[in-house]
Amino acid sequence: MASETLATRERRGSLLGWFRADTFEGVRRQRAILGYLFLLPAFIGLVAFVVGPMFVSFGLSFYRWNIFKPPDPIGIANFQRLLTDSRLPGIYGNTMLLVVGTVVITQVLAIALALGVTQLRSRKFAYFLRTAWFLPVLMSGAAVGVTLSYLFQREFGPINYYLGVLGIDRIPWMTSASTVMYTIIITAVWKNLGFIFVIYLGGVVSLPQEILDAADVDGAHGWRRLWTVTLPLISPIMLFATVINVIGAMQIFDEPQIMTRGGPGDGSRTAVMYMYEVAFKEQEFGYGSAIAVTLFIAILIVTGIQFALSRRWVFYG
Amino acid sequence: MSGTTTTTVQERHTVNPLDRPWGRWIQMAFLFFIGLLTLMPLLWVISTSFRTLRDSFTVPPVWIHFDFDFSNYQSVFDTIPFLNMLRNSFAYAGGAVLGGAVTSALAGYAFARLQFRGRDVLFWVVLSTMMVPGQMTIIPVYILMGVKYLNLVNTLWSLIIPSIFTAFGIFLLRQYFRQVPGDYEESALIDGANQWQIFRRIYLPLAAPGIAILSILTFNSRWNDYFTPLVFINSQQAMPITMGIVELQGEWSTGSIAVVFAGIVLSVIPVIVVYIFGQRYLLEGLMMGGIKG
Repeated sequence: MASETLATRERRGSLLGWFRADTFEGVRRQRAILGYLFLLPAFIGLVAFVVGPMFVSFGLSFYRWNIFKPPDPIGIANFQRLLTDSRLPGIYGNTMLLVVGTVVITQVLAIALALGVTQLRSRKFAYFLRTAWFLPVLMSGAAVGVTLSYLFQREFGPINYYLGVLGIDRIPWMTSASTVMYTIIITAVWKNLGFIFVIYLGGVVSLPQEILDAADVDGAHGWRRLWTVTLPLISPIMLFATVINVIGAMQIFDEPQIMTRGGPGDGSRTAVMYMYEVAFKEQEFGYGSAIAVTLFIAILIVTGIQFALSRRWVFYG
Repeated sequence: MSGTTTTTVQERHTVNPLDRPWGRWIQMAFLFFIGLLTLMPLLWVISTSFRTLRDSFTVPPVWIHFDFDFSNYQSVFDTIPFLNMLRNSFAYAGGAVLGGAVTSALAGYAFARLQFRGRDVLFWVVLSTMMVPGQMTIIPVYILMGVKYLNLVNTLWSLIIPSIFTAFGIFLLRQYFRQVPGDYEESALIDGANQWQIFRRIYLPLAAPGIAILSILTFNSRWNDYFTPLVFINSQQAMPITMGIVELQGEWSTGSIAVVFAGIVLSVIPVIVVYIFGQRYLLEGLMMGGIKG
């Protein structure tokens, strides 16, 4: 090994020779050092703003702390409080309803749209529809919340006006605790449909046409072909789209915060909104962290369950 | 000859109900209806923003009627420091894009093309941070930004700095750097290029599509961010545009609807422009799992 002996000679020579570019060993060392240097900024940042805070959050959940008094270790008292907090069942109920409602409607619609738009003969019409569906995705949750709060307005809102034309009484979309979550679900579907649709579109476009044709020849048409051929073929994307959709829905904050501020009462308060209120309005960082930790664990568990169940229905051809 | 072939193919397909004429029409009507549902509210926002205050909130609602009255747009700037908010949003989104591209490109290159001890372990650490939602870290980050430590609350830095470091960006750019064949590196080395030049002159330009995807996704997500500013910013001077339109609406919806909608139109223009020019990258990025919120 010529380079080996050259390297040993260089190493004996001087410190600088240790990573000289004209030896194989030197280049290897240069690249290793460069690797650490290149990683340094991202690594410091991720430790300071993601990994560190995550552990601090776990730690804080065992403290009573608001900014006025020094932190006070109270063991699992925050988690006991979680179990007895009379507001939490309603808030978690809202969050679960929001997740289930949003995800089911969004997934069904997005699959239908993706399958439908790829069958259109007119490319221009398909392009127009794709753009129309995608526009709400570009808007901020804040803009969507403000816009829809006017649309759903009880007295003068356009939605109630058209329902009135159809002979339906005005619906208190945002002012009744029993209907407000459905309003938030509609809003979340409206905002995110285009995003989930785009994920499916990629999969539907690349469906192997020869398999679909073969199914037709074998007598599987329409719904039957959809259930037995098309859906199994896109099931890996369904898993991906559902997981993303669920995680997103569990964290919805902007739209209900702007449209109803969680009201009436706690009627549309979600878990993240409650965490925001406890931590940043009441300045209770300890209890707020406990809520954040349970939300994080809930996300991990729900995602884990989805992957575990996926073995039964996802088809990897 | 070819005519007969087509007929048989079509005959076979007509068994599919969606291929029958009425099935096709129902299908198209449904797709168009969903398109109307997503499009109409936006049309209403735009047309109302151009109407005089007196006519703006009418029953029945008017969808397409423009007075081309620009006074609402003037009012947006008179009611709140809107220009300043636009600047803040550009600084927030722009800072996150620039910083994110630099740190992610460096780290992505290190993970993709450089060999050093502990690389794979470190990569898994970075990947696992993708699972941590923003709400999980915001309380400690808020304390870190507070008076006791960095004292950056109520400044744009409290928004920009944490958003620079994204595991998603590192992962995305690593994939792009890995696609470049390794031969390039050897020939550059023989030609006398040093390691920095190999990165800067050869690999970085080849990863440009990845950087474009990352930049567009970052720009959109930071421009549209409402949660983080709501926590870190409370003075109007430092507010981004998302908080601005909520300010316009007012706590009890006291703001004039036409002025609020004018604000919304102005706030959406930059993302629409980015969409028009970077559509391909944006859609590709979203399909790869997009960063949210």
